[in-house]
Amino acid sequence: MTPQVTSTGTKATRVIGALALVGLGWLLLFGLVLSPPDENQGEAVRMLYLHVPTVWLAYLAFGVTALGSIFYLIPKTRSLAWDRLAGASAEIGVLFTGLTLVAGAIWGRITWGVYWTWDARLTTTALLFVLFLGYLAIRRLPATPGQRAKRCAIAGLIAFIDVPLVHLSVTWWRTLHQPATIKTIGDVEISGSMLFTLFVGLIAFNLVYIWLMMHKMRVMMMEDALDDHGLELALEERRAEAELQEVVP
Amino acid sequence: MLRAAALIAGKDLRIEARSRVATNQVIPLAFCILLVFAFALDPDRGTLTAAAPGLFWVAVLLSTVLGAQRSFSVETADGTRDALRLSGLDPGGIFLGKSGALAVQLLVLEVLLGVGVVVLYTTDLRPEGVALLVVAGLVTTVGLATTSTLFGALSAGLRVRETLFPLLLIPAVTPILIGATRAYEAALGTGGADTSEGWPWVGLLGVFALAYSAFGLVGFGALMEEQ
Repeated sequence: MTPQVTSTGTKATRVIGALALVGLGWLLLFGLVLSPPDENQGEAVRMLYLHVPTVWLAYLAFGVTALGSIFYLIPKTRSLAWDRLAGASAEIGVLFTGLTLVAGAIWGRITWGVYWTWDARLTTTALLFVLFLGYLAIRRLPATPGQRAKRCAIAGLIAFIDVPLVHLSVTWWRTLHQPATIKTIGDVEISGSMLFTLFVGLIAFNLVYIWLMMHKMRVMMMEDALDDHGLELALEERRAEAELQEVVP
Repeated sequence: MLRAAALIAGKDLRIEARSRVATNQVIPLAFCILLVFAFALDPDRGTLTAAAPGLFWVAVLLSTVLGAQRSFSVETADGTRDALRLSGLDPGGIFLGKSGALAVQLLVLEVLLGVGVVVLYTTDLRPEGVALLVVAGLVTTVGLATTSTLFGALSAGLRVRETLFPLLLIPAVTPILIGATRAYEAALGTGGADTSEGWPWVGLLGVFALAYSAFGLVGFGALMEEQ
C-alpha cells in the first residue's frame, strides 16, 4: 500500500523553494544591475545568465532520466521510484530545453541578427527537444504503472543512445559540408563579476530543479495512488451490487 | 535465433507478396512524393538535381513510416501479436525477422525510387560512386529497419500509434537522414563533392545500425511481453 500523501509540499520543499526564490532574486540583482555590460555584446550579454543555466539544467535533467531508466531496467534495483524520477526529470528537461531554445533565439537575434542558424549545438538541442516530447507522449499513454515504467525506460534509453549520434552527425554536417555562417561579434570576455553572476544563476536554477522534481515526483505518486484507489472503489461497488442481487433475487 | 528470424521474415514477406499493399500503395505513394518535391522546388534551375540525394532519403523515410506501421498492424489485427509472443520463438529472432523483412521491402523501394530520381531529377551516376551508393544504401536500410521495428513494437496496439510512431521515429533517425544524404551527395558528386568524403558517413551510419540492432536484440523481449 502506498503511503497516503495529501500534499506535495513538505518542510524540505518549502526551504528549498525559499532558497530558490532568494537565488533567483540574487540572480536578477546581479544579472540586471550589478554585473557590467560586455565590451562587445553590450547589454545583450545578460542573456548569458539565463541561457547557460537553462541549457545546463536541460542536459542534467535528461541525464537523470537516463539514469532512472537504467536503474528501472536492472532487475535488482527495479522500483517505480526510478520510473517517477525519470519521468519527472524528463518533463522538467523538456521545459528547460524549450526555454533554452527560446532564450537562445532571442539572444541570437540580438547578437547574430537571426533567430535561428543551423549550428550544430542549436540543431542538436532542437532534436533533443522533439525526442523527449516523444518520450513524454509515451508517458501519457494509458497503461498500468508497471507497463508504463518499462515502456518509458526503454524509450528513455533509446533517446539517450540517440543523443551522441545526433550530435556527431549534426557536427560533421556543419563542419564538413558548409562553412559556418555565424559571425559572432567577438567572444564574451568573462570578467570576475560576470563569472560570479553566472555561478549564482547556476545555483538558483539547480535549486529550482530540485524543488520542481520533489513536487512532480509526489504528484506522480499521488496519481498512481488515486488510480489504485479508483480501482478499489470500483471493485467494492461491484461486490455491493452482487450482494444486493443475492438478497433481492 | 536465426531460424526464428528466417521464419518471421518469410511470413512477413509472404503477407506482403500476397496482400500487395507495398506494391500497390507504398511504392506509388513514394513516386507521388518524388513528383510533389518537383512541384515544391523549381525543376528547371537545377535545384532538384542539387537536392536529389536529400529528397531521395526523405521519400524513403516517409515510406518507411508506412511500411513499419503496416508491419505491426498485421500483428495486432487479429491478435497475432499474442500468438507470436506465445510461440516460444526467441524475441531477438523475432526482432531480426521483422527488421529483415522490412529491410528487404525498403531495398526494393530504394532501387525503384533510385531509378525515379535518375530519370525525373536529371541525376547522373558516376562509376566511382557506385560502391559507395550500394554500401551506404545497405547500411542506411539496416539502420532504418531496426529503428522502426523497435519503435513499431513500442507503439503497436496503442490507440494513438499512427501519430505516436512518426513522432518517435523521425527525430530518432535524423543521424541516418543526414549521413545517408551526405554519403549520396559524395557518391553522385553533387556540388563537386568527392567520393572519399562519403565513407566517414558510412561509418557513422554503421555505428547507428549496430547500436540499434544491439539494443533491439536485447530489449525486444521486454517490449513484446509488456502489452
